Amino acid sequence: MIPLLRHIFRTGILTEPMPEAEGGPQREIDRLHDEILHVLGRALTIREVDAGSCNGCELEIHALNNPYYNLEGRGIKFVASPRHADMLLVTGPVTRNMENALRIAYDCTPDPKLVVAVGDCGCNGGVFGESYASCGAVENVVGVDLRIPGCPPTPLALMQGILAAIRTTK
Amino acid sequence: MIFHAEPIEFVRQPGSGAPVWRGRAADGEDMLRFAISVHRHQGRLAALWGEDRRQQGAGYRLHCVFALDEGWPWLSLDLAAEGDQCPVYPDLSGIFPAANRMQRATRDLVGIASDGSDQRPWLRHGAWPADWYPLRHDAVHEAGVGVGFDNFPSDYEFVKVGGEGAHEIPVGPIHAGIIEPGHFRFSVVGERVLRLEQRLGYQHKGVEKLFLGADLAHGARLVGRVSGDSTCAYAWAYADAVEAACRVEPPPRALLLRALMLERERVANHLGDLGALGNDAAFAFGLTQFMRLKEDWLRLNQQMFGHRFMMDRIVPGGVVMDLDAAALAAMIEQCGVVRGEVRKLRALYDAHAGLQDRFATTGAIDAALARELSLSGMAARATGILLDGRAHRQGYTPPAPYAQLGVRPVTDERGDVAARVALRFDEIYESLRLLREIALGLPGGASRVEVAPVGDAGGLGVIEGWRGEVLVGVQFAGDGRLARVHPHDPSWQAWPALEHAVMKDIVPDFPLINKSFNLSYSGVDL
Repeated sequence: MIPLLRHIFRTGILTEPMPEAEGGPQREIDRLHDEILHVLGRALTIREVDAGSCNGCELEIHALNNPYYNLEGRGIKFVASPRHADMLLVTGPVTRNMENALRIAYDCTPDPKLVVAVGDCGCNGGVFGESYASCGAVENVVGVDLRIPGCPPTPLALMQGILAAIRTTK
Repeated sequence: MIFHAEPIEFVRQPGSGAPVWRGRAADGEDMLRFAISVHRHQGRLAALWGEDRRQQGAGYRLHCVFALDEGWPWLSLDLAAEGDQCPVYPDLSGIFPAANRMQRATRDLVGIASDGSDQRPWLRHGAWPADWYPLRHDAVHEAGVGVGFDNFPSDYEFVKVGGEGAHEIPVGPIHAGIIEPGHFRFSVVGERVLRLEQRLGYQHKGVEKLFLGADLAHGARLVGRVSGDSTCAYAWAYADAVEAACRVEPPPRALLLRALMLERERVANHLGDLGALGNDAAFAFGLTQFMRLKEDWLRLNQQMFGHRFMMDRIVPGGVVMDLDAAALAAMIEQCGVVRGEVRKLRALYDAHAGLQDRFATTGAIDAALARELSLSGMAARATGILLDGRAHRQGYTPPAPYAQLGVRPVTDERGDVAARVALRFDEIYESLRLLREIALGLPGGASRVEVAPVGDAGGLGVIEGWRGEVLVGVQFAGDGRLARVHPHDPSWQAWPALEHAVMKDIVPDFPLINKSFNLSYSGVDL
């Protein structure tokens, strides 16, 4: 146990600002955190739905919970059920085999709800477009409040997008 | 080249890529005999796909890539086209169980079928009609959602488990986490798993159709998005296939830069998995620590390559970026730091009794099963099978640049979650060593040469990705555009292994076992 605690102590809190870094990524993360808390004043819960991605977007959404971005530490939490969610974070393109499941998840999310389309594919179909197997953009299946482009979008872009989506409800 | 005295003449594919031999079976019997012979010599079925060649004045073609000690014999079987009918070839799933899903997917997409008993659709869930085959050239390809077909999600005939107290737990397609969609049907008694049956295909977005008629550059973009976590492996396998078809040799610097990216991809994924595996055994400390290291790793990727996952950096002919001395120095320094940190974390993982209790003996498969299922990569090595496309072994010389790097492959006999954890630790050390060697020995010169498509030529690339063997088969049309590209993920073979791995365990162990394989959905759903 002692080596473990020592390791935690040595690692320190990485989410704290780095004073010398002028406008670096760390500074930007802190500013975003403050703004998110200011807008929300409480917790936001997100249900992530992969509706057909290549799993690249999922890698970056995972990164949101690493100690640098520490989204959960700031009251923004990923939940297992759409029934517990304020926001659906949907990656695409929406495959036709997932079209139905996405609609069900959307219907299960209580109002008022936010839908954020993630990645070039979620925004406009990306390289996969619309075809016999793909519905393309998320908005072709459910209503979308905000789009976060990128292939995949960086964690910072995701945080900025989530914040912008919250602002739209204010 | 003749394998095992079988009457099929194989010709070695040119180029610097993996050892691949091409041959043609005279008929179905011929193919079946060869498959049996491969199986008898402990070979594997590496990939299987179909191709519509009616535009070239032929019928359909079935492609089977086998894996032997020496390399990959790539066997084609031509099937005559008769009207709109579905040509039939002999079922291989009795010899190689891994063929089952590949054959069903080939039927759904190309409309050529095995004569086996399992004819359940695999990728077709009801989004298009049963007698319409997307990869046939005459299948409509107008823009728009569904090209005019209604979407009728169909029921799937899961194998029923009966008996007193037996019941089913359906999971998915949407899972309770940030993870790709797929359906798992557990048959259980109490907590004990009697059977798991997977139904995948939810990620099917028509990738292979998009390759038809695409140019080289667009093909490279597409192949890099078959499975995002393996983008470098796919891009390299595609490049190898194209270079073999066009008889182009990439410069030595390009090959080493590709290896550098592939190893960085391997380390990034292993770091993430080690953290997630700790987390799935309720050791959140592990997730935090490894995700920190992974983020540092990805940020340096961004600096070095301009992309955190190095997408679109490997292209046919070479690579589209270059590294200067400062970037290489920064990378060597980071490798040292990460090695030190991973060593400390491994000591903590090893010393944690609760964690080891969850890992040890959980989700075990043995080498015999791994061979039976044609398993490749990490999951096979974790059962003690020495199988790594990057490393020398009896009768096998790895392709450049790995032949000169001298990869020390890692194996573990145990076959359980603990083995797959240990393997990841050891492979990280080995990749860090390779990265340092590549950086110190990087030759000068160009990093890219021009590639001109050659009409009606084909090629196959095989790359040992972090998960296992990634294959990409490429066929050019007469006009130099892509006539057919088939990307094959190692998860095709590993998903059925996961079905076996959970059988002796309890439902709450499934997330841990699943994560220890960490298979791609998008890579197999295409």
